[in-house]
Amino acid sequence: MLSQESLARIDRELTKYPDDHRQSAVMSALRIAQDELGWLSKDTIAFVADYLRIPAIAALEVATFYNMYELEPVGRHKITVCTNISCMLRGSDEIVDHLEKRLGVHMGETTPDGKYTIKEGECMGCCGGAPLFHINNKRMCEYLTPEKVDEILGELK
Amino acid sequence: MLKIEIDGQAVEVEHGSTIIDAADKIGVAIPRFCYHKKLSVAANCRMCLVQVEKFNKPLPACATPVSEGMKIFTRSKSAIEAQKSVMEFLLINHPLDCPICDQGGECELQDIAVGYGSVKSRYTEEKRVVLNKNIGPLVSTDMTRCIQCTRCVRFLKEIGGMMELGLVGRGEHAEITAYVDKSVESELSGNIIDLCPVGALTSKPFRYSARSWELTRRPSIAAHDALGSQIEVQVKNNRVMRVLPREKESINECWISDRDRFSYEGLNSTERLTVPMIKQNGEWKEADWKSALEYVANRLKVVAEKDGNDIGFLVAPTSTMEEGYLTKKLARGLKSGNVDHRLRRGDFRLDGHFQGTPWMGCNIPDLQEMDRVLVIGSNLRNEHPLLAHRLRHAVKMNAAEVSIVSSLDDDPLMPVAFKEICSPDGMINELLQILKAMSSLQRLSLCLPPSLNKLLEGIEVSANADAIAHSLAGLGKDYDLVSPRSGVFLGNMAQHHPRYSELYSLAEAIASLCGATFGVFSESANRVGLDLARALPSAGALNARTMLEQPRKAYMLVNVEPEFDCRNGKQAADAMAQADFVVALTPFKSFALNDADVMLPVAPFTETSGTFMSMEGRVQSFAAAVKPLGECRPGWKVLRVLGNLLGLEGFDFDSSEAVKNEIFGGEKPSKVVWNKLNNNLRHLVEVDVKATSTALRRIGEIPLYQSDAIVRRSLPLQKAGQSSVGMAAMNSALMQKLGLQEGDLVRVKQDAEAVKLPVRLDDRVYDNCVRVPVCAETARLGDLYGEISVEKAS
Repeated sequence: MLSQESLARIDRELTKYPDDHRQSAVMSALRIAQDELGWLSKDTIAFVADYLRIPAIAALEVATFYNMYELEPVGRHKITVCTNISCMLRGSDEIVDHLEKRLGVHMGETTPDGKYTIKEGECMGCCGGAPLFHINNKRMCEYLTPEKVDEILGELK
Repeated sequence: MLKIEIDGQAVEVEHGSTIIDAADKIGVAIPRFCYHKKLSVAANCRMCLVQVEKFNKPLPACATPVSEGMKIFTRSKSAIEAQKSVMEFLLINHPLDCPICDQGGECELQDIAVGYGSVKSRYTEEKRVVLNKNIGPLVSTDMTRCIQCTRCVRFLKEIGGMMELGLVGRGEHAEITAYVDKSVESELSGNIIDLCPVGALTSKPFRYSARSWELTRRPSIAAHDALGSQIEVQVKNNRVMRVLPREKESINECWISDRDRFSYEGLNSTERLTVPMIKQNGEWKEADWKSALEYVANRLKVVAEKDGNDIGFLVAPTSTMEEGYLTKKLARGLKSGNVDHRLRRGDFRLDGHFQGTPWMGCNIPDLQEMDRVLVIGSNLRNEHPLLAHRLRHAVKMNAAEVSIVSSLDDDPLMPVAFKEICSPDGMINELLQILKAMSSLQRLSLCLPPSLNKLLEGIEVSANADAIAHSLAGLGKDYDLVSPRSGVFLGNMAQHHPRYSELYSLAEAIASLCGATFGVFSESANRVGLDLARALPSAGALNARTMLEQPRKAYMLVNVEPEFDCRNGKQAADAMAQADFVVALTPFKSFALNDADVMLPVAPFTETSGTFMSMEGRVQSFAAAVKPLGECRPGWKVLRVLGNLLGLEGFDFDSSEAVKNEIFGGEKPSKVVWNKLNNNLRHLVEVDVKATSTALRRIGEIPLYQSDAIVRRSLPLQKAGQSSVGMAAMNSALMQKLGLQEGDLVRVKQDAEAVKLPVRLDDRVYDNCVRVPVCAETARLGDLYGEISVEKAS
């Protein structure tokens, strides 16, 4: 189900923990699986659990607890906008409005071409750069204005 | 020891105790939901918040270790306030549907809400609703009622050995679920019903049938494995409504297996026999007790007058000691020595060699203190679910090394240090290898008798056998070598093994060499008791196998369904068909008894008084929980009257207690037992090193829910056990060799009988073996471990 490359990355994570604590690698392993496949289906979660030799339900518990794991398919670029208090005071509502208008979908939805998903996120711990969003859990974009958002969207392929 | 104070009461507790332990010790009640003394601490319900001096906020009593001089207040203003607030939060989303909830009346939430709940709810918003999950035929769910204490999750993970439920989601969206519509398959799953503090998990078979306050509680003893678990039979209108565990730390702790919990459904089966039946001209006719008993006595007398040994007496190993003893007495009175209860045994070469009654060799809690254990021929989870849990505990807490020698690689749900999966014949060789490896360990080399030394010549020791020997001997490990805590045990499959006596004597030699405890995990509730009551063939008489191989003119069956309970179903059925006269004392009408001539309805264990003796030699008597159904009578009474009618001496018992007294010679049972339990053999049995066979071998496993007549009639258990019966399972190599695909229909043939079964791929079965479990479809096949042929059905 996962490529050799991803499995090698999971194996590398496993070396960080004692042999009888393979479960400790579950968060990294789920992240690596999501990096490759875009989201975590029940089958993917079961596969990862099996690979780590833990019960599938134990991996599901983790996958459903953290909101950066996607349990439904998302677009190629997942944009998670922080709407917590600091970002809100610095104008995240405007960023949300702009994104919704520009992409023609609401928060939590994916554009019909499957290119973008926008969703609300909780505080990302970078309030100094508010308002902000991150793309695919990886790239953080700070000090956002509608113009800057357009610029960033323009860069995304 | 630490000195602390709870509510002004001074108490001394051990280092590492938590506040809740200390409070329980002196009987101070702290409300709790998630805490359970047998499970890990989760501290997620927060109900046990208490005030502790010098802490400015309440602390959870279950997760706070005590320290010297700690002053704890469980009933102070701040503690009560905290507890009441938690209660209010717990009730926010709880539906409060107590009037239609099965837990009503025995609900921890209900009880604690009376003490800590507010009169009125301040919550006006919509309550959350959680979809129910179907987790199998035994446990019913109402997930909206769940308060997420996670006791069920922790039980299945820690006691059951496999995490089958989990808490998914977070915050308000958190819910308990199995992984995507899976059922819970644990053989201990029923315990989560008892553990659930609310009505989220309730018993599916018992659902909506009674309220807890309508039930009368009667103590009894579980009848489906040899543990002797203490149970409480709950009764309404003279009907067993459900069975719950009684707490007995040294036997079943506070658990029971699903088999013991749900077997009662079989008691209320429509197949119950309620009047004596006599077959006349091939048709069953109802009869009254008097004429039925007289008829039986006359027919037996006629046969016995010629030769008592023309009668065979077969007693199910689930019968009480009283029934077994009286059957034996009856047989002896009729001059027949043919009595046996070891119906599934194939190898009787050990008879006459025992110094006493074979037993477990130690007590049940000893098992979880062991650090090295070898289990030979046992499908532990099927045979003794709670013993598997004890071993699991040993592995987890003492880092015990468990080794397994078996023909089936079924997962015992615990880390196994070493395992050797081999053919039935290979098991003998494997034990020889272990013995050889052990004898070559320097410390032990001088202990082996020359006769054994000779056997070991030419045996090649595999690396695995060597590892098992090293593990058992505890060499190079940090174990107590002077008083070793190690054990060697034989399971049910070893007892059914066609070369049991060889397995037994080799296992005994291995155990004595390394100083390990040696014992037998006996099959069936009363196997040890019936041995002690000598429901056994007298010297030179026929045993359970030969009684069927050499058909008798008459048989008496006590609680036996020949096709299902005997080792060779086909042979048993044929013997019954050929016999002139068969009388069956049975609680059930059964197609397996169609060849009988008389069926006398006797009471199952809930309807009769009697005595069981567990595998650890514990003698436990019980009274009837309900009156016998219809015209059923307790087995001991029926046998007593038969004795009287036959004019035999010494059948004037007026209670089962009197029979028990005679069995133990008027002595205290524990004293008699202590003198009689002995696993040692007088002589070494001959071991055939070279015997191997290339033929396809049947592994006639007894599935979890096919063990005895009551269990076989419990519909919920049958539904739960569906997946393990009605198939021929083999590994991929054999499937390839036979040119079969999974799901193919095959003709499975043994002797002259053939049945059609679907093939299942099962790589846990050893090469050249086919797992054909005993069940309705396969009952007419032959020997449990006989040769078998499999071919694709056209």
